[in-house]
Amino acid sequence: MRRAAQSEAVATRGAASWRIRRRRPRSDTVAAYGFLAPNGIGFLVFTLIPIGASFVISLYHWPLVGEASFAGTQNYRALATSDPVFWQVLRNTFSYVFGYVPLNILLSLGIAVWLSSKIRGKNLFRVIFFLPVVTPMVANAMIWTLLYMPQSGVIDWFLVNVLHISGPNWLGSQTLAMPAMIVMSVWQGFGYNMLILSAGLQSIPVELYDAAAIDGASSWRRFLNVTLPLLTPFLFFAFVMTLITSFQVFTQPYVLTGGGPGVSTTTLVLYLYNNGFQFFKMGYASALAWILFVIIMTATAIQFVAQKRWVHYG
Amino acid sequence: MLQSAVFTVIVAILGLLTISPLFWMVSGALKGQDEQYSFRLIPQNPTLENFHYVFTALPFARYMANSFFVAGVVTIIALWFHSMAAYALARLRFPGRDFLFLVIFSTLLVSLPVILVPLFILVRELHMLNSYAGLIVPAIFNAFGIFLLRQFYLGIPQELEEAAIVDGAGYWRVYWNIILPLSKPILAALAVFFFLANWNSFLWPLTITTDQSKWMVQIAIASFQQQYASSQNYIMAASVVVALPTMLLFFFFQRQLVESIKTSGFK
Repeated sequence: MRRAAQSEAVATRGAASWRIRRRRPRSDTVAAYGFLAPNGIGFLVFTLIPIGASFVISLYHWPLVGEASFAGTQNYRALATSDPVFWQVLRNTFSYVFGYVPLNILLSLGIAVWLSSKIRGKNLFRVIFFLPVVTPMVANAMIWTLLYMPQSGVIDWFLVNVLHISGPNWLGSQTLAMPAMIVMSVWQGFGYNMLILSAGLQSIPVELYDAAAIDGASSWRRFLNVTLPLLTPFLFFAFVMTLITSFQVFTQPYVLTGGGPGVSTTTLVLYLYNNGFQFFKMGYASALAWILFVIIMTATAIQFVAQKRWVHYG
Repeated sequence: MLQSAVFTVIVAILGLLTISPLFWMVSGALKGQDEQYSFRLIPQNPTLENFHYVFTALPFARYMANSFFVAGVVTIIALWFHSMAAYALARLRFPGRDFLFLVIFSTLLVSLPVILVPLFILVRELHMLNSYAGLIVPAIFNAFGIFLLRQFYLGIPQELEEAAIVDGAGYWRVYWNIILPLSKPILAALAVFFFLANWNSFLWPLTITTDQSKWMVQIAIASFQQQYASSQNYIMAASVVVALPTMLLFFFFQRQLVESIKTSGFK
Protein backbone atom coordinates (compact mmCIF):
# COMPACT_ATOMS: atom_id res chain seq x y z
CA MET A 1 0.00 0.00 0.00
CA ARG A 2 2.66 2.44 1.02
CA ARG A 3 4.73 1.65 -2.01
CA ALA A 4 1.82 2.35 -4.23
CA ALA A 5 1.32 5.68 -2.53
CA GLN A 6 4.94 6.53 -3.14
CA SER A 7 4.74 5.73 -6.81
CA GLU A 8 1.71 7.98 -6.99
CA ALA A 9 3.91 10.83 -5.90
CA VAL A 10 6.46 9.92 -8.55
CA ALA A 11 4.35 9.96 -11.71
CA THR A 12 0.85 11.20 -12.15
CA ARG A 13 0.08 9.08 -15.20
CA GLY A 14 1.24 5.94 -13.51
CA ALA A 15 -0.84 6.85 -10.53
CA ALA A 16 -3.89 7.42 -12.63
CA SER A 17 -3.82 3.95 -14.07
CA TRP A 18 -3.06 2.54 -10.65
CA ARG A 19 -6.07 4.30 -9.23
CA ILE A 20 -8.29 2.90 -11.99
CA ARG A 21 -7.25 -0.61 -11.21
CA ARG A 22 -7.89 0.00 -7.53
CA ARG A 23 -11.19 1.71 -8.01
CA ARG A 24 -12.57 -1.01 -10.24
CA PRO A 25 -11.48 -4.18 -8.55
CA ARG A 26 -13.89 -6.66 -10.09
CA SER A 27 -16.77 -4.46 -11.11
CA ASP A 28 -15.97 -4.87 -14.84
CA THR A 29 -17.74 -8.19 -14.67
CA VAL A 30 -21.19 -6.85 -13.90
CA ALA A 31 -20.94 -4.14 -16.55
CA ALA A 32 -19.55 -6.57 -19.11
CA TYR A 33 -22.43 -8.95 -18.70
CA GLY A 34 -24.80 -6.03 -18.99
CA PHE A 35 -23.23 -5.00 -22.29
CA LEU A 36 -23.29 -8.57 -23.53
CA ALA A 37 -26.83 -9.36 -22.41
CA PRO A 38 -28.86 -8.23 -25.46
CA ASN A 39 -26.69 -10.23 -27.83
CA GLY A 40 -26.22 -13.10 -25.43
CA ILE A 41 -29.96 -13.60 -25.05
CA GLY A 42 -30.43 -13.17 -28.79
CA PHE A 43 -27.82 -15.79 -29.65
CA LEU A 44 -29.20 -18.16 -27.08
CA VAL A 45 -32.81 -17.86 -28.26
CA PHE A 46 -32.29 -17.46 -31.99
CA THR A 47 -29.17 -19.52 -32.69
CA LEU A 48 -28.03 -21.88 -29.96
CA ILE A 49 -31.37 -23.27 -28.82
CA PRO A 50 -32.57 -23.67 -32.43
CA ILE A 51 -29.48 -25.68 -33.40
CA GLY A 52 -30.22 -28.12 -30.59
CA ALA A 53 -33.94 -28.02 -31.34
CA SER A 54 -33.19 -28.77 -34.96
CA PHE A 55 -31.63 -32.08 -33.93
CA VAL A 56 -34.48 -32.92 -31.56
CA ILE A 57 -37.10 -32.18 -34.24
CA SER A 58 -35.20 -34.38 -36.68
CA LEU A 59 -36.00 -37.31 -34.36
CA TYR A 60 -39.76 -36.72 -34.73
CA HIS A 61 -42.45 -36.96 -37.34
CA TRP A 62 -43.31 -33.30 -37.03
CA PRO A 63 -46.17 -31.96 -39.16
CA LEU A 64 -46.79 -28.23 -39.61
CA VAL A 65 -49.89 -28.43 -37.43
CA GLY A 66 -50.93 -31.18 -35.08
CA GLU A 67 -49.16 -33.65 -32.81
CA ALA A 68 -45.57 -34.64 -33.36
CA SER A 69 -44.68 -38.27 -32.78
CA PHE A 70 -41.31 -39.69 -31.85
CA ALA A 71 -39.55 -41.29 -34.79
CA GLY A 72 -36.10 -42.09 -33.50
CA THR A 73 -33.71 -42.38 -36.41
CA GLN A 74 -36.51 -43.08 -38.89
CA ASN A 75 -36.13 -39.79 -40.74
CA TYR A 76 -32.45 -40.39 -41.26
CA ARG A 77 -33.02 -44.00 -42.28
CA ALA A 78 -35.74 -42.97 -44.70
CA LEU A 79 -33.38 -40.44 -46.27
CA ALA A 80 -30.61 -42.98 -46.64
CA THR A 81 -32.61 -45.97 -47.81
CA SER A 82 -35.97 -45.07 -49.30
CA ASP A 83 -35.57 -41.58 -50.78
CA PRO A 84 -33.79 -41.67 -54.13
CA VAL A 85 -34.38 -37.93 -54.51
CA PHE A 86 -32.16 -37.29 -51.49
CA TRP A 87 -29.15 -38.96 -53.11
CA GLN A 88 -29.77 -37.05 -56.31
CA VAL A 89 -30.02 -33.83 -54.30
CA LEU A 90 -26.77 -34.62 -52.54
CA ARG A 91 -25.05 -35.26 -55.88
CA ASN A 92 -26.47 -32.00 -57.24
CA THR A 93 -25.20 -30.05 -54.27
CA PHE A 94 -21.72 -31.50 -54.53
CA SER A 95 -21.50 -30.94 -58.26
CA TYR A 96 -22.53 -27.34 -57.67
CA VAL A 97 -19.86 -26.93 -55.00
CA PHE A 98 -17.16 -28.62 -57.06
CA GLY A 99 -18.01 -26.50 -60.07
CA TYR A 100 -18.64 -23.20 -58.36
CA VAL A 101 -15.86 -22.96 -55.78
CA PRO A 102 -12.81 -23.57 -58.03
CA LEU A 103 -14.19 -21.37 -60.82
CA ASN A 104 -14.92 -18.58 -58.38
CA ILE A 105 -11.46 -18.75 -56.75
CA LEU A 106 -9.54 -18.97 -60.04
CA LEU A 107 -11.43 -16.10 -61.63
CA SER A 108 -11.22 -13.84 -58.59
CA LEU A 109 -7.51 -14.63 -58.17
CA GLY A 110 -6.74 -13.89 -61.83
CA ILE A 111 -8.59 -10.62 -61.78
CA ALA A 112 -7.21 -9.56 -58.40
CA VAL A 113 -3.68 -10.13 -59.69
CA TRP A 114 -4.43 -8.14 -62.81
CA LEU A 115 -5.93 -5.32 -60.77
CA SER A 116 -2.84 -5.21 -58.55
CA SER A 117 -0.63 -4.21 -61.48
CA LYS A 118 -0.35 -0.63 -62.65
CA ILE A 119 -3.17 -0.16 -65.11
CA ARG A 120 -5.57 2.56 -66.09
CA GLY A 121 -9.25 2.26 -65.34
CA LYS A 122 -8.56 -0.09 -62.44
CA ASN A 123 -11.24 1.40 -60.23
CA LEU A 124 -13.87 1.22 -62.92
CA PHE A 125 -13.15 -2.47 -63.39
CA ARG A 126 -13.27 -3.09 -59.67
CA VAL A 127 -16.71 -1.46 -59.53
CA ILE A 128 -17.94 -3.50 -62.49
CA PHE A 129 -16.74 -6.81 -61.11
CA PHE A 130 -18.18 -6.08 -57.70
CA LEU A 131 -21.57 -4.79 -58.84
CA PRO A 132 -23.32 -8.19 -59.14
CA VAL A 133 -22.37 -8.89 -55.52
CA VAL A 134 -24.46 -5.98 -54.28
CA THR A 135 -27.44 -6.30 -56.60
CA PRO A 136 -30.08 -8.66 -55.17
CA MET A 137 -29.65 -12.36 -55.89
CA VAL A 138 -33.33 -12.68 -56.81
CA ALA A 139 -33.11 -9.92 -59.41
CA ASN A 140 -29.83 -11.32 -60.75
CA ALA A 141 -31.30 -14.78 -61.12
CA MET A 142 -34.41 -13.35 -62.81
CA ILE A 143 -32.28 -11.57 -65.39
CA TRP A 144 -30.31 -14.71 -66.08
CA THR A 145 -33.51 -16.70 -66.49
CA LEU A 146 -34.35 -14.34 -69.33
CA LEU A 147 -30.81 -14.46 -70.74
CA TYR A 148 -30.94 -18.26 -70.87
CA MET A 149 -34.36 -18.42 -72.59
CA PRO A 150 -34.44 -20.19 -75.92
CA GLN A 151 -35.26 -17.79 -78.78
CA SER A 152 -36.03 -14.71 -76.70
CA GLY A 153 -32.80 -14.90 -74.67
CA VAL A 154 -29.70 -12.97 -75.60
CA ILE A 155 -27.44 -16.01 -75.28
CA ASP A 156 -29.50 -17.90 -77.84
CA TRP A 157 -29.54 -14.87 -80.10
CA PHE A 158 -25.76 -14.65 -79.91
CA LEU A 159 -25.28 -18.33 -80.70
CA VAL A 160 -27.67 -18.26 -83.64
CA ASN A 161 -26.79 -14.91 -85.20
CA VAL A 162 -23.10 -14.58 -84.44
CA LEU A 163 -21.80 -18.13 -84.18
CA HIS A 164 -24.50 -19.62 -86.42
CA ILE A 165 -25.16 -22.59 -84.22
CA SER A 166 -28.44 -23.45 -82.57
CA GLY A 167 -28.51 -22.89 -78.85
CA PRO A 168 -29.80 -25.44 -76.38
CA ASN A 169 -32.59 -24.85 -73.88
CA TRP A 170 -30.15 -24.19 -71.06
CA LEU A 171 -32.43 -24.27 -68.06
CA GLY A 172 -34.74 -26.89 -69.55
CA SER A 173 -32.04 -29.50 -69.94
CA GLN A 174 -31.18 -32.08 -67.30
CA THR A 175 -27.50 -31.88 -68.14
CA LEU A 176 -27.08 -28.16 -68.84
CA ALA A 177 -29.22 -26.58 -66.14
CA MET A 178 -26.65 -27.16 -63.41
CA PRO A 179 -23.69 -25.74 -65.36
CA ALA A 180 -25.90 -22.78 -66.32
CA MET A 181 -26.67 -22.22 -62.65
CA ILE A 182 -22.98 -22.42 -61.77
CA VAL A 183 -22.06 -19.85 -64.42
CA MET A 184 -24.72 -17.46 -63.14
CA SER A 185 -23.51 -17.95 -59.56
CA VAL A 186 -19.87 -17.32 -60.44
CA TRP A 187 -20.89 -14.12 -62.20
CA GLN A 188 -22.80 -13.06 -59.12
CA GLY A 189 -20.22 -14.04 -56.51
CA PHE A 190 -16.60 -13.74 -57.64
CA GLY A 191 -16.37 -9.99 -56.99
CA TYR A 192 -16.39 -10.61 -53.27
CA ASN A 193 -13.36 -12.87 -53.31
CA MET A 194 -11.69 -10.53 -55.77
CA LEU A 195 -11.77 -7.85 -53.05
CA ILE A 196 -10.47 -10.19 -50.35
CA LEU A 197 -7.59 -11.29 -52.57
CA SER A 198 -6.90 -7.69 -53.65
CA ALA A 199 -6.49 -6.81 -49.99
CA GLY A 200 -4.11 -9.74 -49.66
CA LEU A 201 -2.05 -8.62 -52.63
CA GLN A 202 -1.79 -5.11 -51.23
CA SER A 203 -0.39 -6.48 -47.99
CA ILE A 204 2.62 -8.01 -49.75
CA PRO A 205 5.63 -5.71 -49.28
CA VAL A 206 6.97 -4.30 -52.55
CA GLU A 207 10.57 -4.96 -51.42
CA LEU A 208 10.00 -8.67 -51.83
CA TYR A 209 9.19 -8.20 -55.50
CA ASP A 210 12.17 -5.94 -55.98
CA ALA A 211 14.44 -8.50 -54.38
CA ALA A 212 13.06 -11.25 -56.57
CA ALA A 213 13.38 -9.07 -59.66
CA ILE A 214 17.02 -8.32 -58.86
CA ASP A 215 17.59 -12.04 -58.54
CA GLY A 216 16.39 -12.25 -62.11
CA ALA A 217 13.11 -14.04 -61.45
CA SER A 218 10.60 -13.87 -64.29
CA SER A 219 7.19 -12.44 -63.56
CA TRP A 220 5.67 -15.91 -63.59
CA ARG A 221 8.35 -17.16 -61.15
CA ARG A 222 7.73 -14.14 -58.93
CA PHE A 223 4.06 -14.95 -58.93
CA LEU A 224 4.66 -18.60 -58.01
CA ASN A 225 7.40 -18.05 -55.43
CA VAL A 226 6.54 -14.70 -53.87
CA THR A 227 2.93 -13.77 -54.49
CA LEU A 228 1.18 -17.09 -54.17
CA PRO A 229 2.77 -18.25 -50.87
CA LEU A 230 2.15 -14.87 -49.22
CA LEU A 231 -1.39 -14.86 -50.49
CA THR A 232 -2.27 -18.28 -49.09
CA PRO A 233 -3.82 -17.01 -45.82
CA PHE A 234 -6.20 -14.87 -47.88
CA LEU A 235 -6.85 -17.70 -50.32
CA PHE A 236 -7.61 -19.93 -47.40
CA PHE A 237 -10.13 -17.50 -45.98
CA ALA A 238 -11.78 -16.96 -49.35
CA PHE A 239 -11.85 -20.68 -50.02
CA VAL A 240 -13.39 -21.67 -46.69
CA MET A 241 -16.05 -18.95 -46.77
CA THR A 242 -16.98 -19.74 -50.37
CA LEU A 243 -17.13 -23.43 -49.59
CA ILE A 244 -19.40 -22.92 -46.59
CA THR A 245 -21.81 -20.65 -48.42
CA SER A 246 -21.92 -22.73 -51.59
CA PHE A 247 -23.23 -25.77 -49.73
CA GLN A 248 -26.20 -23.57 -48.79
CA VAL A 249 -27.16 -22.45 -52.28
CA PHE A 250 -30.89 -21.81 -52.41
CA THR A 251 -31.99 -18.67 -54.23
CA GLN A 252 -30.45 -19.57 -57.59
CA PRO A 253 -32.24 -22.90 -58.03
CA TYR A 254 -35.42 -21.45 -56.51
CA VAL A 255 -35.59 -18.64 -59.05
CA LEU A 256 -33.77 -20.04 -62.09
CA THR A 257 -35.20 -23.53 -62.33
CA GLY A 258 -37.39 -24.26 -59.33
CA GLY A 259 -35.07 -27.23 -58.84
CA GLY A 260 -35.83 -28.78 -62.21
CA PRO A 261 -36.06 -30.08 -64.78
CA GLY A 262 -37.06 -33.09 -62.74
CA VAL A 263 -34.92 -32.68 -59.66
CA SER A 264 -31.71 -32.08 -61.61
CA THR A 265 -30.94 -28.74 -59.93
CA THR A 266 -32.61 -29.31 -56.55
CA THR A 267 -29.98 -28.56 -53.92
CA LEU A 268 -29.88 -29.62 -50.29
CA VAL A 269 -31.34 -26.37 -48.96
CA LEU A 270 -34.03 -26.19 -51.63
CA TYR A 271 -35.00 -29.76 -50.79
CA LEU A 272 -34.98 -28.87 -47.11
CA TYR A 273 -37.22 -25.88 -47.75
CA ASN A 274 -39.60 -27.89 -49.91
CA ASN A 275 -39.89 -30.66 -47.33
CA GLY A 276 -40.45 -28.27 -44.46
CA PHE A 277 -42.66 -25.66 -46.06
CA GLN A 278 -44.23 -27.28 -49.11
CA PHE A 279 -44.74 -30.85 -47.89
CA PHE A 280 -44.85 -29.77 -44.22
CA LYS A 281 -42.53 -32.55 -43.09
CA MET A 282 -40.66 -30.57 -40.47
CA GLY A 283 -38.91 -33.57 -38.93
CA TYR A 284 -37.67 -34.74 -42.29
CA ALA A 285 -36.52 -31.21 -43.15
CA SER A 286 -34.63 -31.02 -39.86
CA ALA A 287 -32.86 -34.28 -40.59
CA LEU A 288 -31.76 -32.70 -43.87
CA ALA A 289 -30.67 -29.61 -41.94
CA TRP A 290 -28.46 -31.68 -39.68
CA ILE A 291 -26.96 -33.52 -42.59
CA LEU A 292 -26.16 -30.12 -44.10
CA PHE A 293 -24.70 -28.96 -40.79
CA VAL A 294 -22.48 -32.04 -40.53
CA ILE A 295 -21.32 -31.62 -44.14
CA ILE A 296 -20.41 -27.97 -43.54
CA MET A 297 -18.60 -28.75 -40.29
CA THR A 298 -16.70 -31.61 -41.87
CA ALA A 299 -15.70 -29.60 -44.92
CA THR A 300 -14.53 -26.75 -42.70
CA ALA A 301 -12.62 -29.08 -40.39
CA ILE A 302 -10.89 -30.72 -43.34
CA GLN A 303 -9.82 -27.31 -44.59
CA PHE A 304 -8.43 -26.33 -41.22
CA VAL A 305 -6.43 -29.54 -41.00
CA ALA A 306 -5.28 -29.34 -44.62
CA GLN A 307 -4.21 -25.70 -44.32
CA LYS A 308 -1.05 -26.78 -42.50
CA ARG A 309 0.13 -28.22 -45.80
CA TRP A 310 -0.43 -25.20 -47.98
CA VAL A 311 -1.05 -22.04 -45.99
CA HIS A 312 1.98 -19.95 -45.04
CA TYR A 313 1.58 -17.63 -42.12
CA GLY A 314 4.61 -15.48 -42.27
CA MET B 1 4.57 -6.92 -72.87
CA LEU B 2 2.52 -9.04 -75.24
CA GLN B 3 1.59 -11.24 -72.33
CA SER B 4 0.16 -8.35 -70.36
CA ALA B 5 -1.66 -7.03 -73.42
CA VAL B 6 -3.38 -10.39 -73.87
CA PHE B 7 -4.25 -10.39 -70.20
CA THR B 8 -5.70 -6.90 -70.48
CA VAL B 9 -7.87 -7.89 -73.40
CA ILE B 10 -9.15 -10.94 -71.52
CA VAL B 11 -10.01 -8.90 -68.46
CA ALA B 12 -11.66 -6.22 -70.57
CA ILE B 13 -13.85 -8.88 -72.16
CA LEU B 14 -14.66 -10.29 -68.74
CA GLY B 15 -15.57 -6.81 -67.58
CA LEU B 16 -17.88 -6.40 -70.53
CA LEU B 17 -19.46 -9.79 -69.88
CA THR B 18 -19.91 -8.94 -66.22
CA ILE B 19 -21.67 -5.66 -66.78
CA SER B 20 -23.78 -6.76 -69.74
CA PRO B 21 -26.54 -8.65 -67.85
CA LEU B 22 -27.12 -5.57 -65.71
CA PHE B 23 -26.96 -3.33 -68.74
CA TRP B 24 -29.42 -5.60 -70.51
CA MET B 25 -31.70 -5.41 -67.49
CA VAL B 26 -31.81 -1.61 -67.56
CA SER B 27 -32.18 -1.51 -71.32
CA GLY B 28 -34.97 -4.10 -71.25
CA ALA B 29 -36.78 -2.21 -68.52
CA LEU B 30 -36.91 0.86 -70.78
CA LYS B 31 -38.24 -0.99 -73.82
CA GLY B 32 -41.88 -0.59 -74.69
CA GLN B 33 -44.33 -3.37 -75.46
CA ASP B 34 -43.48 -3.29 -79.19
CA GLU B 35 -39.73 -3.56 -78.63
CA GLN B 36 -39.86 -6.11 -75.86
CA TYR B 37 -38.38 -8.94 -77.93
CA SER B 38 -35.97 -6.91 -79.99
CA PHE B 39 -32.27 -7.43 -79.41
CA ARG B 40 -31.38 -3.78 -79.78
CA LEU B 41 -28.88 -2.78 -77.12
CA ILE B 42 -30.40 0.62 -76.58
CA PRO B 43 -34.17 0.97 -76.86
CA GLN B 44 -35.38 3.02 -79.79
CA ASN B 45 -38.30 4.55 -77.95
CA PRO B 46 -37.33 4.44 -74.29
CA THR B 47 -40.33 4.56 -72.00
CA LEU B 48 -41.07 4.47 -68.28
CA GLU B 49 -44.29 2.60 -68.98
CA ASN B 50 -43.00 -0.65 -67.46
CA PHE B 51 -42.17 0.99 -64.16
CA HIS B 52 -45.58 2.56 -64.09
CA TYR B 53 -47.10 -0.85 -64.68
CA VAL B 54 -45.05 -2.54 -61.97
CA PHE B 55 -46.06 0.05 -59.40
CA THR B 56 -49.75 -0.05 -60.30
CA ALA B 57 -50.29 -3.76 -60.99
CA LEU B 58 -48.88 -4.58 -57.58
CA PRO B 59 -48.54 -2.62 -54.35
CA PHE B 60 -44.84 -2.36 -55.12
CA ALA B 61 -44.40 0.83 -53.13
CA ARG B 62 -45.65 -1.04 -50.10
CA TYR B 63 -43.11 -3.84 -50.62
CA MET B 64 -40.33 -1.31 -51.01
CA ALA B 65 -41.41 0.42 -47.81
CA ASN B 66 -41.47 -2.92 -45.97
CA SER B 67 -37.95 -3.68 -47.12
CA PHE B 68 -36.65 -0.23 -46.22
CA PHE B 69 -38.24 -0.46 -42.81
CA VAL B 70 -37.06 -3.98 -41.98
CA ALA B 71 -33.55 -3.52 -43.34
CA GLY B 72 -33.23 -0.12 -41.67
CA VAL B 73 -34.39 -1.24 -38.25
CA VAL B 74 -32.28 -4.40 -38.31
CA THR B 75 -29.24 -2.32 -39.23
CA ILE B 76 -29.69 0.21 -36.43
CA ILE B 77 -30.44 -2.30 -33.67
CA ALA B 78 -27.74 -4.70 -34.84
CA LEU B 79 -25.09 -1.97 -34.84
CA TRP B 80 -26.13 -0.89 -31.39
CA PHE B 81 -26.16 -4.39 -29.86
CA HIS B 82 -23.06 -5.54 -31.67
CA SER B 83 -21.02 -2.52 -30.64
CA MET B 84 -22.07 -3.02 -27.02
CA ALA B 85 -20.98 -6.65 -27.06
CA ALA B 86 -17.78 -5.79 -28.89
CA TYR B 87 -16.96 -3.09 -26.34
CA ALA B 88 -17.31 -5.58 -23.50
CA LEU B 89 -15.28 -8.24 -25.31
CA ALA B 90 -12.50 -5.86 -26.30
CA ARG B 91 -12.21 -3.37 -23.45
CA LEU B 92 -13.48 -4.92 -20.26
CA ARG B 93 -11.86 -7.56 -18.14
CA PHE B 94 -14.06 -10.30 -16.77
CA PRO B 95 -13.90 -14.03 -16.21
CA GLY B 96 -15.07 -16.16 -19.14
CA ARG B 97 -14.39 -13.47 -21.71
CA ASP B 98 -12.41 -15.64 -24.11
CA PHE B 99 -14.86 -18.48 -23.78
CA LEU B 100 -17.82 -16.21 -24.56
CA PHE B 101 -16.03 -14.81 -27.56
CA LEU B 102 -15.42 -18.32 -28.80
CA VAL B 103 -19.09 -19.23 -28.38
CA ILE B 104 -20.19 -16.12 -30.28
CA PHE B 105 -17.60 -16.75 -32.95
CA SER B 106 -18.67 -20.36 -33.39
CA THR B 107 -22.23 -19.27 -34.21
CA LEU B 108 -20.77 -18.19 -37.56
CA LEU B 109 -20.88 -21.86 -38.48
CA VAL B 110 -24.60 -22.11 -37.78
CA SER B 111 -26.24 -20.81 -40.89
CA LEU B 112 -29.89 -19.97 -41.43
CA PRO B 113 -30.87 -23.09 -43.42
CA VAL B 114 -29.67 -25.32 -40.61
CA ILE B 115 -32.01 -23.70 -38.08
CA LEU B 116 -34.78 -22.70 -40.47
CA VAL B 117 -37.36 -25.15 -39.13
CA PRO B 118 -36.92 -24.54 -35.39
CA LEU B 119 -36.67 -20.80 -36.00
CA PHE B 120 -39.95 -20.92 -37.89
CA ILE B 121 -41.60 -22.90 -35.08
CA LEU B 122 -40.21 -20.51 -32.47
CA VAL B 123 -41.41 -17.45 -34.31
CA ARG B 124 -44.81 -19.06 -34.77
CA GLU B 125 -45.06 -19.79 -31.04
CA LEU B 126 -44.19 -16.14 -30.36
CA HIS B 127 -47.03 -15.16 -32.75
CA MET B 128 -44.60 -13.32 -34.95
CA LEU B 129 -45.36 -14.98 -38.31
CA ASN B 130 -46.37 -12.37 -40.88
CA SER B 131 -45.11 -9.55 -38.68
CA TYR B 132 -42.34 -7.00 -38.80
CA ALA B 133 -41.05 -8.33 -35.50
CA GLY B 134 -40.67 -11.78 -37.04
CA LEU B 135 -38.74 -10.33 -39.95
CA ILE B 136 -36.56 -8.10 -37.81
CA VAL B 137 -35.70 -9.80 -34.51
CA PRO B 138 -34.02 -13.03 -35.70
CA ALA B 139 -32.00 -11.06 -38.27
CA ILE B 140 -30.31 -8.90 -35.64
CA PHE B 141 -28.01 -11.46 -34.12
CA ASN B 142 -24.92 -12.44 -36.03
CA ALA B 143 -21.34 -12.77 -34.99
CA PHE B 144 -19.87 -11.04 -38.01
CA GLY B 145 -20.47 -7.49 -36.77
CA ILE B 146 -19.34 -8.27 -33.25
CA PHE B 147 -16.18 -9.84 -34.59
CA LEU B 148 -15.25 -6.87 -36.79
CA LEU B 149 -16.07 -4.27 -34.14
CA ARG B 150 -14.12 -6.15 -31.50
CA GLN B 151 -11.06 -6.18 -33.76
CA PHE B 152 -11.43 -2.44 -34.21
CA TYR B 153 -11.89 -1.73 -30.50
CA LEU B 154 -8.82 -3.75 -29.58
CA GLY B 155 -6.81 -1.16 -31.47
CA ILE B 156 -8.13 1.93 -29.68
CA PRO B 157 -5.48 3.40 -27.34
CA GLN B 158 -6.15 2.89 -23.65
CA GLU B 159 -5.36 6.53 -22.73
CA LEU B 160 -8.60 7.97 -24.10
CA GLU B 161 -10.67 5.65 -21.99
CA GLU B 162 -8.54 6.18 -18.90
CA ALA B 163 -8.84 9.93 -19.10
CA ALA B 164 -12.61 9.63 -19.13
CA ILE B 165 -12.59 7.18 -16.24
CA VAL B 166 -10.41 9.51 -14.20
CA ASP B 167 -13.00 12.18 -14.88
CA GLY B 168 -15.51 9.88 -13.28
CA ALA B 169 -17.26 8.53 -16.36
CA GLY B 170 -19.06 5.22 -15.99
CA TYR B 171 -18.96 2.34 -18.46
CA TRP B 172 -21.96 3.56 -20.38
CA ARG B 173 -20.50 7.04 -20.83
CA VAL B 174 -17.19 5.60 -21.98
CA TYR B 175 -19.01 3.43 -24.50
CA TRP B 176 -21.39 6.12 -25.67
CA ASN B 177 -19.13 9.19 -25.66
CA ILE B 178 -15.76 7.72 -26.52
CA ILE B 179 -15.97 4.30 -28.12
CA LEU B 180 -18.95 4.92 -30.40
CA PRO B 181 -17.75 8.22 -31.87
CA LEU B 182 -14.32 6.70 -32.50
CA SER B 183 -15.85 3.82 -34.38
CA LYS B 184 -17.89 5.91 -36.81
CA PRO B 185 -15.99 4.75 -39.90
CA ILE B 186 -16.40 1.07 -39.19
CA LEU B 187 -20.01 1.56 -38.08
CA ALA B 188 -20.72 3.28 -41.39
CA ALA B 189 -19.16 0.40 -43.28
CA LEU B 190 -21.11 -2.18 -41.32
CA ALA B 191 -24.32 -0.19 -41.76
CA VAL B 192 -24.00 -0.38 -45.53
CA PHE B 193 -23.19 -4.03 -45.28
CA PHE B 194 -26.10 -4.92 -42.99
CA PHE B 195 -28.57 -2.87 -44.96
CA LEU B 196 -27.59 -4.57 -48.21
CA ALA B 197 -27.69 -8.03 -46.67
CA ASN B 198 -31.16 -7.47 -45.26
CA TRP B 199 -32.50 -5.73 -48.31
CA ASN B 200 -31.38 -8.73 -50.35
CA SER B 201 -32.36 -11.44 -47.89
CA PHE B 202 -34.75 -13.99 -49.29
CA LEU B 203 -35.01 -17.34 -47.50
CA TRP B 204 -36.18 -16.05 -44.13
CA PRO B 205 -38.86 -13.62 -45.37
CA LEU B 206 -40.00 -16.28 -47.84
CA THR B 207 -40.45 -18.72 -44.97
CA ILE B 208 -42.41 -16.57 -42.54
CA THR B 209 -44.50 -14.19 -44.64
CA THR B 210 -47.53 -15.51 -46.46
CA ASP B 211 -49.49 -12.30 -45.86
CA GLN B 212 -48.75 -10.11 -48.87
CA SER B 213 -48.97 -6.88 -46.90
CA LYS B 214 -45.79 -7.95 -45.04
CA TRP B 215 -43.89 -9.06 -48.12
CA MET B 216 -40.42 -7.73 -48.58
CA VAL B 217 -39.56 -6.64 -52.05
CA GLN B 218 -37.47 -9.72 -52.96
CA ILE B 219 -40.40 -12.04 -52.24
CA ALA B 220 -42.64 -9.78 -54.26
CA ILE B 221 -40.47 -9.85 -57.37
CA ALA B 222 -39.94 -13.61 -57.16
CA SER B 223 -43.70 -14.11 -57.17
CA PHE B 224 -44.04 -11.43 -59.83
CA GLN B 225 -41.70 -13.46 -62.03
CA GLN B 226 -43.88 -16.54 -61.69
CA GLN B 227 -46.96 -14.53 -62.69
CA TYR B 228 -45.47 -12.55 -65.54
CA ALA B 229 -42.95 -15.05 -66.87
CA SER B 230 -43.67 -14.08 -70.46
CA SER B 231 -43.43 -10.31 -70.06
CA GLN B 232 -39.72 -9.65 -70.21
CA ASN B 233 -40.04 -5.90 -69.97
CA TYR B 234 -42.03 -6.04 -66.72
CA ILE B 235 -39.62 -8.50 -65.14
CA MET B 236 -36.68 -6.31 -66.13
CA ALA B 237 -38.40 -3.24 -64.71
CA ALA B 238 -39.16 -5.03 -61.44
CA SER B 239 -35.53 -6.13 -61.22
CA VAL B 240 -34.30 -2.60 -61.80
CA VAL B 241 -36.56 -1.33 -59.04
CA VAL B 242 -35.15 -3.72 -56.43
CA ALA B 243 -31.57 -3.45 -57.66
CA LEU B 244 -31.49 0.35 -57.86
CA PRO B 245 -31.28 1.08 -54.12
CA THR B 246 -28.42 -1.40 -53.76
CA MET B 247 -26.54 0.13 -56.69
CA LEU B 248 -27.00 3.65 -55.35
CA LEU B 249 -25.86 2.59 -51.92
CA PHE B 250 -22.85 0.95 -53.45
CA PHE B 251 -21.87 3.97 -55.53
CA PHE B 252 -22.20 6.37 -52.63
CA PHE B 253 -20.56 4.18 -49.99
CA GLN B 254 -18.16 2.25 -52.17
CA ARG B 255 -15.17 3.03 -50.01
CA GLN B 256 -16.82 1.98 -46.72
CA LEU B 257 -18.14 -1.22 -48.21
CA VAL B 258 -14.83 -2.19 -49.74
CA GLU B 259 -13.00 -1.43 -46.48
CA SER B 260 -15.37 -3.53 -44.42
CA ILE B 261 -14.94 -6.50 -46.73
CA LYS B 262 -11.20 -6.14 -46.86
CA THR B 263 -10.92 -6.13 -43.09
CA SER B 264 -13.46 -8.90 -42.61
CA GLY B 265 -10.93 -11.65 -43.12
CA PHE B 266 -8.02 -10.66 -41.09
CA LYS B 267 -6.23 -9.21 -38.12
